[in-house]
Amino acid sequence: MKPRVASVWLSGCSGCHMSFLDLDERLIELADMAELVYSPFVDIKHFPRDVDVALVEGAVSNVENEEMAHIIRRNSKFVLSFGDCATTGNISAMRNQFSAGEIVRRSYVELADDASVLPLEPTSIAQLMPSAVPLHAIIKVDAFLHGCPPSPDQIWFALSELMAGRIPDLPTAYLKYG
Amino acid sequence: MPILTFAMNGHQVSGHDDETLLQIARQHGIHIPTLCHLDGLSDIGACRLCLVEIEGQDKLVAACVTKPQEGMSVHTDTERLQRYRRTIVELLASEGNHQCAVCVVNEHCQLQDLAYAVELQYVRFPYLYPKRTLDATHKDFVMDRNRCVLCSRCIRVCHEVEGAHTWDTAGRSFHCTIMADMDQPWGTAASCTSCGKCVWVCPTGALFEKGQTVAEMEKHRDFLKYIVTARRTGEWIAEEEEGE
Repeated sequence: MKPRVASVWLSGCSGCHMSFLDLDERLIELADMAELVYSPFVDIKHFPRDVDVALVEGAVSNVENEEMAHIIRRNSKFVLSFGDCATTGNISAMRNQFSAGEIVRRSYVELADDASVLPLEPTSIAQLMPSAVPLHAIIKVDAFLHGCPPSPDQIWFALSELMAGRIPDLPTAYLKYG
Repeated sequence: MPILTFAMNGHQVSGHDDETLLQIARQHGIHIPTLCHLDGLSDIGACRLCLVEIEGQDKLVAACVTKPQEGMSVHTDTERLQRYRRTIVELLASEGNHQCAVCVVNEHCQLQDLAYAVELQYVRFPYLYPKRTLDATHKDFVMDRNRCVLCSRCIRVCHEVEGAHTWDTAGRSFHCTIMADMDQPWGTAASCTSCGKCVWVCPTGALFEKGQTVAEMEKHRDFLKYIVTARRTGEWIAEEEEGE
């Protein structure tokens, strides 16, 4: 059976996933090696069980992200922090100087073009945590992909090593902040 | 001036008694990481990255402010020192608000260089996300305290080289910040000559030129060597640097 790979988009800009797509023709090779069981790229609603490798983009910023992080950890053998937001908080953490209330007001009232109202229904948006934090602040992470976004070569190195059953010993050449 | 002989990483080295361990190490091609040190400015031992071990004493000392003693044995790169240096970089990263992806000196940053040097994969400590201010009141330059590591190079270059002493520190501990004149907007600081030396010696993107965007600013610090050497020798002639 092919290794089961998942990718998750938490509080990030999806740039890491765009870089994933920049694997270009290597995506075909990856499709032969692995089964993509959950991802923003595929239409599957719930994070499945028995995932071998999970790539997690974005910081953990709201209660939904936090719940998801625990599901990912429970159901995955190997969890990768995918990019700078997952690894350091990065851009997603720039809002941490302000309170959650200020952030919501800024987004939904001050910067709204029209219909500037606060989301009244408590469940209509996921409740923000006081701070956006890196993934390893919430769950145990097995490896880190760096960069904003990580380069396709770095993603490819990590994935192809994992698909071959090896823990990726990421060369320092791939170490890049920002 | 007496010349002393002592051991560094097991090799015999020699230096004058008024030189620092850091200077002597560099003369002998031994690399010791630094952050607050800058050739041409006084040393204050603030960043602790240049800590070294001296055999026979438990206390680590900062190489930039320690003078040699005859017969001593110094170690500059032990496992313990590597662990401490990594920890220092992690503490610096978690104490400020460092978002490399949107920083003006991304890829030209001395804090980033240190993180690469210790191969920092992630920061073990909780990030503090301090609430800090940005001062864009100066006509040419910006001070973004989010990126400041309090190395005090700006304070020293302004005081020691420019002679203006516009910058100083205010507050203590986590509340310590760099302030202009009497803790007022930089643009209103009467002592500032707008020479820009502080901007060029700053190791991070805390001080930068207006009009520069992400990863655009590369800081050249050679001017300091020129000024300091010229003052000492009285010859204001730019040296032709080979290969530059």
